[in-house]
Amino acid sequence: MLVLECPYCGVMADESDLHGGGEAHLKRFGPGSSDDDFETYLFMRKNPKGVHFERWRHVSGCGKWFHAARNTMTLEVYGTYSAQTYEPPQDIIDAVKAKHPEWEGYK
Amino acid sequence: MSKAQSAWNGVSFDGYCRVEEQSLVGMITVRGDLASKKLAKAVKDATGAKMPGQGEILSSDKGRAAWMSPDELLLIVDHAEAPGIIDAMAAALADEHALVVNVSDARAVFHVKGKAAREVVAKLSPADVSVMAPGMLRRTRIAQVPAAFHMVDEETAELVCFRSVGQYAYDLLKDAALPGGEVWV
Repeated sequence: MLVLECPYCGVMADESDLHGGGEAHLKRFGPGSSDDDFETYLFMRKNPKGVHFERWRHVSGCGKWFHAARNTMTLEVYGTYSAQTYEPPQDIIDAVKAKHPEWEGYK
Repeated sequence: MSKAQSAWNGVSFDGYCRVEEQSLVGMITVRGDLASKKLAKAVKDATGAKMPGQGEILSSDKGRAAWMSPDELLLIVDHAEAPGIIDAMAAALADEHALVVNVSDARAVFHVKGKAAREVVAKLSPADVSVMAPGMLRRTRIAQVPAAFHMVDEETAELVCFRSVGQYAYDLLKDAALPGGEVWV
């Protein structure tokens, strides 16, 4: 069972208290963008075996969206952080790098 | 005006814990900047309680104030006094970006009483009920529906859920408290 700490409530929320929102840190391409960019934004998602950054919503709790960094293979959670950011905070990146020195970054 | 009715009109069930619907309870949802001094004062005037911190529920003789999310509070007050309190709060917060709404009749409130009150809630919810001390409030789910709960004292759990799922919640709690279902964790 996946358990994530909600950065807003500070509680350890069980997977069934949460709703997954897919890949995090996407750059939106809206009206006026090229067809290729728009298609990539809409449909193309990473599906890594290993470190992954995701959006989650504490749906039966505070209702807020947040980010989580976790490992899709080992289910290890490196940390959760606020949604009000464009990229992972340094402490999360450090936590991932400590476990996986060869990790190439979230992009 | 028609007479106010709660979801279950105070019905109760005696299992190995007692499940009681709480009849008419005044509840006010407040959204706004919780760091605002004006809001803190309005909450104090409304409930007598201080501004609750993350995950807290604070009580006074007049009412209770509960932290629901970083920008949301639930105030629990007398049902008949709720409309007056809302008018006063709305006036006090007129120049703030804040919202005060009466949700008394949109919610159902249950008490689970008995030595195993924690256990009955734990059967239905993924929350770690054992760490819940009086004064802590947790928003989570019971079976399929969202609910918030806190321990009034060591042997009384108070649950708040939407009124539309009041029957489902009462049936769940009755089932979890059924004699013969003891786990005694």
